[in-house]
Amino acid sequence: MNAYETVLTARSVGRNKMDYYIDTFFSDFFELHGDRLYRDDPAVIGGIAMFHGIPVTIIGHRKGRSVEENIACNFGMASPEGYRKAVRLMKQAEKFKRPVITFVDTPGAYPGVEAESNGQSNAIAQSIACMCSLKVPVISIITGEGNSGGALALAVADSVWMLEHAVYSILSPEGFASILWKDPSLTEKACGLMKMTATELLQAGLIDGMIKEDDTFEKEFDRALYEKIKQLQKKKPELLVKERYLKFRRMDGLYDE
Amino acid sequence: MIAIGEVFEKRRKWWDNLEKARKKVAQSEQKRITAYERIASICDDGKFREMDKGLQSQDPLHFPGYAEKRKELEKRTHLKEAVVTGIGKIGQKKTAIGVFDTRFLMGSLGAAAGEKIVRLTERAEKEKLPLVIISASGGARMQEGLFSLMQMAKTVSAIERFQLNGGLFISFLTNPTTGGVSASFANRGDIILAEPKALICFAGPRVIRQTIGEELPQGFQRAEFLQEHGMIDAIVPGKELRETLIKLLQMHDTRMRGLQ
Repeated sequence: MNAYETVLTARSVGRNKMDYYIDTFFSDFFELHGDRLYRDDPAVIGGIAMFHGIPVTIIGHRKGRSVEENIACNFGMASPEGYRKAVRLMKQAEKFKRPVITFVDTPGAYPGVEAESNGQSNAIAQSIACMCSLKVPVISIITGEGNSGGALALAVADSVWMLEHAVYSILSPEGFASILWKDPSLTEKACGLMKMTATELLQAGLIDGMIKEDDTFEKEFDRALYEKIKQLQKKKPELLVKERYLKFRRMDGLYDE
Repeated sequence: MIAIGEVFEKRRKWWDNLEKARKKVAQSEQKRITAYERIASICDDGKFREMDKGLQSQDPLHFPGYAEKRKELEKRTHLKEAVVTGIGKIGQKKTAIGVFDTRFLMGSLGAAAGEKIVRLTERAEKEKLPLVIISASGGARMQEGLFSLMQMAKTVSAIERFQLNGGLFISFLTNPTTGGVSASFANRGDIILAEPKALICFAGPRVIRQTIGEELPQGFQRAEFLQEHGMIDAIVPGKELRETLIKLLQMHDTRMRGLQ
């Protein structure tokens, strides 16, 4: 599968969406709505659930599985309220010492008049800042497409994983081609150059793990998540924050130690 | 304390002349205020020492044409990256200063630009200096792909740590501040200032128009619009930035808290 085909797979309608992850790997999910400032953004879902006897906070982009659902949750394109809800739930998780698990699947943050008027930039920046200083374990999984700051806003974590056929990129390949070459029809060419597949990003050291999408997927994902949470829970909060800082600090190899 | 308002006349005139001269230049690239001109406009005369001047992109994706493009820009602008960083004095107050320059790939946030911002922030934290960043950027740098996107996390992390340790960060947004710069450190200032009429946004007007298929409201995404919507603290013209900074820096001087 080449990069372009992976993009199509990552976006496909039949691909597992947020509700699948909640139902399959967690129990007793209790959804928590709203940002306490303006409204509840359906493009981001969050709540508390149990994972192998551990209470955790789950947050993720919601795309929906039918056209009606897609429209209802704006195709997973979050508004500032979605990111502010995420920040609220992460701070709550920190207070009650719950690990945070985020699921990323978004074409990007919503480019709309209301989203901009309500401070899309500010909300994304706030979510990134919240995640880098959070004193509880944070694990992010890119499950479908993770595009631009809208994806990163939920992916500043101790461990960032990608599913085998997920993609993670600076921008949608269409947007990329449009900005660089003023020609969105060059999408396929862009995919080949952008280095956006799990294999490429793992090799570049920009993500921490890749989960194979074969028959063992559910078992392996469950095991990896459990082991990682257990491992991170042993660390002191200050160490967690420090190691997370250094991970992003060193990622591009320019850090002069 | 310096008597504010007395010593600025000369610089204001210089700034007026600079803006006038810029308007006359035909090439749009040269119309913009450069990073070094901004620095000269806010620092005490001759008081700026640049850091990491040679730091430049490693071309992490080996992106076709990128190295040549940078070489050509370096020749034309004498910049190696999209941001100039260093330590300067503003009203005698030692300050860590970063200024973006749109002549270099639209002031985009490549890995080296992000690294310069982080090194500046870490130095400010270590030496307990206030931090002033003047942004002008189209956002992330396409040619560096996800390496560029990660700079949003890297810069925000550094600034967050600096601020949690008591550091003051004043962010000044100039035209344009968009995308990955707007949605990262630029929007994390303890105080966020913007230049009149500056375009400040996450998604650009063109993208939004394509998405919603209708005309955008008057003045949409301009500094005045952001102030009205509660997103920035104040609008400050470029020529008044120095005096504003001096005032704010003095008010944040730990010796001014009246606790001694």
